[in-house]
Amino acid sequence: MLGDKTGIQLAEDQRIAPEPFYASLVEPSLLQQKFKAIGDPGLYTRFEQMAICSVREALSNVAFNPEDPGTLFILSTTKGNIDLLEKENEQKLGKERLYLWDTARLIQRFFNFRNEPVVISNACISGVQAVITGVRLIRAGLYENVIINGTDIISEFVFSGFNSFKSLSTGPCRPFDRTRDGLSIGEGSGTLVLSKTRPQADASKLIVALDGISSNDANHISGPSRTGEGLFIAIDHLLKRNPLALDYISAHGTATPYNDEMESIAITRAGLQSVPVNSFKGYWGHTLGAAGIIETIMCVSSIRNNVLYNTMGFHETGVSNPLNIIDRVINREINSCLKIASGFGGCNAALLLCKK
Amino acid sequence: MSEFYIISDYCSIRDHEVVLHGKSVYNHADSGLQDFLTGIYQYFAVSYPKFYKMDKLSKLGFLTAELLLRNKNIHQQYAGNEVGIFLMNASSSLDTDRNHQHSILDRNNYFPSPAVFVYTLPNIVIGEISIRHKFTGEGTFFIQEKFNPPFLVHYIKELLAQGVIQCCIAGWVETDGQNYESVLYLIEKTDRPNAGIANFEPTSIQRIFDNEK
Repeated sequence: MLGDKTGIQLAEDQRIAPEPFYASLVEPSLLQQKFKAIGDPGLYTRFEQMAICSVREALSNVAFNPEDPGTLFILSTTKGNIDLLEKENEQKLGKERLYLWDTARLIQRFFNFRNEPVVISNACISGVQAVITGVRLIRAGLYENVIINGTDIISEFVFSGFNSFKSLSTGPCRPFDRTRDGLSIGEGSGTLVLSKTRPQADASKLIVALDGISSNDANHISGPSRTGEGLFIAIDHLLKRNPLALDYISAHGTATPYNDEMESIAITRAGLQSVPVNSFKGYWGHTLGAAGIIETIMCVSSIRNNVLYNTMGFHETGVSNPLNIIDRVINREINSCLKIASGFGGCNAALLLCKK
Repeated sequence: MSEFYIISDYCSIRDHEVVLHGKSVYNHADSGLQDFLTGIYQYFAVSYPKFYKMDKLSKLGFLTAELLLRNKNIHQQYAGNEVGIFLMNASSSLDTDRNHQHSILDRNNYFPSPAVFVYTLPNIVIGEISIRHKFTGEGTFFIQEKFNPPFLVHYIKELLAQGVIQCCIAGWVETDGQNYESVLYLIEKTDRPNAGIANFEPTSIQRIFDNEK
């Protein structure tokens, strides 16, 4: 990112689309090589390999034993192993692999996590909703640690669907820009670990996942509300519960005309139009169920390192309510961050992160 | 003042039968799922043309919520953003996923449709119920192999305790081929002990889920 390069490239893959398309893809040989060091690639699907690699890397840094009974695993995904559906009746790995609970359990078994895993499948807010859910489960005293993995892969299934909606960009996506014309899809996996605060932890490194709220537009199943209703309700409710001066907003910013316009309205209605805001979608596209996790991880990095990243693809404001779009890397003290997301089904989510 | 969480009511649609408040109110043994759902819609004179555009999962969840909330004044009692919807199933939207997959199997006969694709997400049924009843509160769709009352109850109790919601519709809405099962509960707060059908506990949720089979 600091090299100002995007991962969204023109790709050619007949298994995904008949014509070349723009997307951010995980290099298959790189994944194979990485996974071979930890497991048998013949026993795990591409989706599972990505998720397992990500979880494993995250766990190499934690100060608790993940096999403890106080640990819960949450998988955030929209479609899981959907690429297996084409040959549903000839699955050598078993027909159940198409079921998200089975995929989650497979990952759980790989790591010997004790509790029955939870899958959250809530369209494009899945990741942010999973973090909010994790925060609440810990606050309720039900778990000490929650390991949240968000993963989605690009398949013909997903590509053809977004294409039928005419929501794909003709080039790398341009969030909030005047010339934006749609989203770029991406695939990826991210893992975030939430833990109950331990007294011995180094407070200067701790980032607090404070609270979160989700809300429904109650308006339309595939189009965002014109008044930004649900997103506004979520942000407003969250900030009323947790009055906090915001240093930064990480927007959903898919770069579809409707989404970015809706976010500009909701952010302005909440009185936050002067807060620096960016979208990460220009770097690695819209990773669907992984997006909320990967972007929340970037928010943690922004707060921890006191740096705001630019909105790749943005040049000139193209929303009716002008926002303070971050257009270059900025180094400054960042104490708090609002992460937002919106998705099909009229769902919206808002999450607050801050320094301890 | 003490606060109690209760199951105010429940509705189930499964085994060709609709059960409301413990009583069978409709059954039709000889129909396939689509016809059965249309039959319920017509029998109860639900007037909501969007129903016909929904996929089976949404129709099933929509009708269960519709009958659960019928003849209650939930809409007067609560603001829209005080009502949450928390659903769970095993198959996500796999039923509609198969339809979308069918439309892209043959590159020479390629007909993916946005009207189908949008239903390839399980949380769309939450959106449909929200639109119908103007509920703007929290909504989350969980996937587990089997209905998991302890998880759902503990999670929702935390949301009620924190005041994120005042009331919610929660339960199980599953379709997979011709298999289907829906059980939805209306959960509310009260200041009177032993109000409602039962206290909102995993055991009572499970008992209702099991008893009626």
